[in-house]
Amino acid sequence: MDVLDIAIALIKIVVMFVVVLLTVAELVYTERKISAWIQNRVGPNRVGWLGLLQPYADVVKLLLKEDIVPAAANRFIHTLAPVISIGVAFSTLAVIPIAGPTITLFGRTVHMVIADVNVGILYVLALTSMGVYGLTLSGWASNNKYSLLGGLRSAAQMISYELSMGLSLIGVIMITGSLQLTDIVHHQHGWMWNLVLQPVGFITFLVASFAETNRAPFDLPEAEPELVGGYHTEYSSFKFALFFLAEYANMITSSAVITTLYLGGWQVPYLETFGLSDGWMVLVQILAFMLKVAFLLFFFQWVRWSVPRFRYDQLMNLGWKVMLPLAIANIVLTGALLLFL
Amino acid sequence: MIESYIPIFLILAVAVVFGVVSANMSWLLGPQRPNRAKNSTYESGMEPVRTAHDRFSVKYYMVAVLFILFDIEVVFMYPWAVQYRNLGLYGFVEMVVFIGILLVGFVYVIKKGALQWD
Amino acid sequence: MTFETILFYVLALAGIVSALLVITRRNPMHAALFLIVNFVALAGIYLTLHAQFVAITQVLVYAGAIMVLVLFVIMLLNLQNEQDLFEKRSWRSYSGPILSLLLLALLLRTVAFVSGGSFDRISPESERIGTVANIGQQLFTAFVFPFEMASLLLLAAMVGAVILAKKRFP
Repeated sequence: MDVLDIAIALIKIVVMFVVVLLTVAELVYTERKISAWIQNRVGPNRVGWLGLLQPYADVVKLLLKEDIVPAAANRFIHTLAPVISIGVAFSTLAVIPIAGPTITLFGRTVHMVIADVNVGILYVLALTSMGVYGLTLSGWASNNKYSLLGGLRSAAQMISYELSMGLSLIGVIMITGSLQLTDIVHHQHGWMWNLVLQPVGFITFLVASFAETNRAPFDLPEAEPELVGGYHTEYSSFKFALFFLAEYANMITSSAVITTLYLGGWQVPYLETFGLSDGWMVLVQILAFMLKVAFLLFFFQWVRWSVPRFRYDQLMNLGWKVMLPLAIANIVLTGALLLFL
Repeated sequence: MIESYIPIFLILAVAVVFGVVSANMSWLLGPQRPNRAKNSTYESGMEPVRTAHDRFSVKYYMVAVLFILFDIEVVFMYPWAVQYRNLGLYGFVEMVVFIGILLVGFVYVIKKGALQWD
Repeated sequence: MTFETILFYVLALAGIVSALLVITRRNPMHAALFLIVNFVALAGIYLTLHAQFVAITQVLVYAGAIMVLVLFVIMLLNLQNEQDLFEKRSWRSYSGPILSLLLLALLLRTVAFVSGGSFDRISPESERIGTVANIGQQLFTAFVFPFEMASLLLLAAMVGAVILAKKRFP
């Protein structure tokens, strides 16, 4: 591990950051456009051609606003909370592989993943657990009843659904026999995407991802009519923008993880039969990966504007009394099937 | 093998630096005109009643405790799942016993109404 | 001064400093946050010992679940900043530090006895032992009895938690 390897890792990290930030900006725009079309109106179309520069205008506006921290708030934790949210959202993408073969750069073989850790899935789950703190601390630090209640509720919601997430993954790991994400993607060649082999696991993981990212229909903690702004009531200007950045980045991360685990990651079925060179294969696979992630992002946004929001007790009942037994049943069933097949 | 963890430290460092820099950017770039109304706690236009830190329901505590217990169960399942093909029927039965005992506890908790969210 | 040694010293320093900050902060929330930093530093130290599964489980369970519980308790009980208690300087207030130093001496003696006097050798087996596959193999063949006992322990904890919080449930 010398300076050149570290430099290559840094290049990969910076590229990933830039891509994610641009995608987040595009997500802000597509969210408003999609919601507009679903609600039979036009959406932003003034800033730039077709309104595509709208998110950048929003960012500039939020940057130049006054940063108000209420006098009763704990200033250090108030600033720390969005940093945790955004840090966790970005760091999870370090273990997602975006293409199969390796490319050579400056004489070193470069794998198309930032960190190929052999506890890859657990790393994703561990960071998700740390992400709970971002919301809880913001609720507490604002010293405001609404924020505290919103923060506690979203923390309770996130930890309840983390269990179902973890349990759904056990089925995938049983089939693959490894925790490394690169192995899981390699295993899904041909038609054997884990979506086909683990349909129940896919559904529980998808629903749990919706709950983890606090997206509708699970977005009660930030629902305006209920709790004003929930955990981000007392945030203004760029810290507020950071929370939304973190939410969209979490959406991207969740979509990337679901793609890697269930939709075959960068796998394009039967691509080897075309006999392309390594460079072209990498490009095609990256494109396939991005298309799958884009589809899931569209799905996230589509569901938000189509389904009414859960009430909090319905949400918790679903998490504990339906998803948890379902995920455990999935594990036992998968185990039995793997034994006898 | 520990070399594969170095990019993780790097990315955590970059993410934290990005977070800290951007969280303070608006403090640098925006105006700073504090006044009494802006600095007070928000309560839909009224004066705040009591402090925010009154005691809250014990349901949240129950959720957190049960989360810990089931999280430990999930953590036990990961090495089992990785080695599942090598452990065969014996491993399957062991895990079913483990899950069974914890399901007994889970049913008890539900019947006692600890997860009743009204 | 290999890279591993420097990394260990940095992580150990982070662990010690955060542990000291935990016990000296007045605000319980700050103390809890520094405890989280301490757990993450410990996870890093486990990584230097090639114990990957333990390291990631430390973050997942300790820093991710148990500290969430601690934070909930601090928030729910509305723990205020600690007031200074005035305690007379009796033999009781000296016994704490003395006992801690004795414990430290005992631990150092035990480690020196086991490792034969040198502190910076990691067993060459550790890279193989620490992987998840090996833990899975050992845990469910050689150590299956403690594993099943762990499930009974968790069951007892569940029942205990319900009973402790029982007053509110109809």
